[in-house]
Amino acid sequence: MYNGGKIIIGLIIFVGLVTYPLWNNMGKATVKPDPKIDTPEILKLPEIDRKCVEAKSYMKTEHMKLLNEWRDTVVRNGEGTYIGADGKKYNMSLQNTCMKCHSNKKKFCDECHNYAAVKPYCWDCHIAPKEKET
Amino acid sequence: MSINRREFLKVAGISTILGFGGISAVNSLRRNCVEASQVMPNPEALVAKRWAMVVDMSKFKTEEDYQRCIDACHHVHNVPNVTANPKHEVKWLWKETFEHAFVGNEDEYLSEEIKHLPFLVLCNHCDNPPCVRVCPTQATFKRKSDGIVMMDMHRCIGCRFCMAACPYGARSFNYRDPRPFISEKEENLEFPTRMKGVVEKCTLCYERLAKGLKPACVEASKGSLIFGDLEDPNSEVRKILSSRYSFRRRPELGTRPSVYYIF
Repeated sequence: MYNGGKIIIGLIIFVGLVTYPLWNNMGKATVKPDPKIDTPEILKLPEIDRKCVEAKSYMKTEHMKLLNEWRDTVVRNGEGTYIGADGKKYNMSLQNTCMKCHSNKKKFCDECHNYAAVKPYCWDCHIAPKEKET
Repeated sequence: MSINRREFLKVAGISTILGFGGISAVNSLRRNCVEASQVMPNPEALVAKRWAMVVDMSKFKTEEDYQRCIDACHHVHNVPNVTANPKHEVKWLWKETFEHAFVGNEDEYLSEEIKHLPFLVLCNHCDNPPCVRVCPTQATFKRKSDGIVMMDMHRCIGCRFCMAACPYGARSFNYRDPRPFISEKEENLEFPTRMKGVVEKCTLCYERLAKGLKPACVEASKGSLIFGDLEDPNSEVRKILSSRYSFRRRPELGTRPSVYYIF
């Protein structure tokens, strides 16, 4: 092999740089996201009404798709009412329906989004609920 | 382990077929999560075939008459108050002198009073909107149900073709982040703001119509702005239009505005 020494040193440096994030974060425990649904607005509701527009497991995995379709339905088709699985009607609005119950954006939205490193652009325009600094 | 051209093309062809086939298979499995039966228009919403507005200029006497309507609109829609640079100004409803609002209608002997009389102007919600034709993403579109020329801020890419196309200057571009220009106590928490790099304009208060309310400016105007269905012969706007002389901004362009002016 020509220039074997240089190539091997180069390879070692390359592998070191590429794996830097792995060994730099090794041993550091990442806090598991723990979104909270115990806002005063939710706790105020009677037990029977304390549920989202769809089941919790569905909302966990599909909320982004649901919100996208709500957005298109409201803005583009002008249809503003959503009928939940139990027949209850909801006003399709992130700012006026979702966040009225989930008034803890930091603990409810950001917790997982930060963990998963996703940056939805909702809050560029939609006004987040006012939260007390904790 | 060399392959000849014939074998390479075979492998490439098969992988292409698998690739496209895979995408369409995944697409056919993916189902919409909101079914059509799960959504409906708000039952209390105001409905019309084509919304229209009549601006009764005889009722605008003082500065306050104009400002009341403008403030009502700009407050409920979180319109930023950018005053430092007039080119960065954002406006949904504003005052324009006769010679600017009705270009081509002024003549040299027109009285100074009329020439400089401020008219209340807004998006005309044209029946044949040029802004909609040029929008490359259909971010601005005409609602089939009631003729409102809507903005879908989620889709706007800020190309500003619509601003070039609109002959009425009804569109404003957010050259700057509008948030710092909306004071905290003035902001309406029920309505979003916009972000830097999108075009905005009057949406005829679609969000209020959906709740069964008339547009904010109409409500604040105390009768000088009249709102109704242009295609309903018994509506308030049609009654006025059939009894009094009315005119529109630049009718010669064929955009068929839905905002009428009477003296």
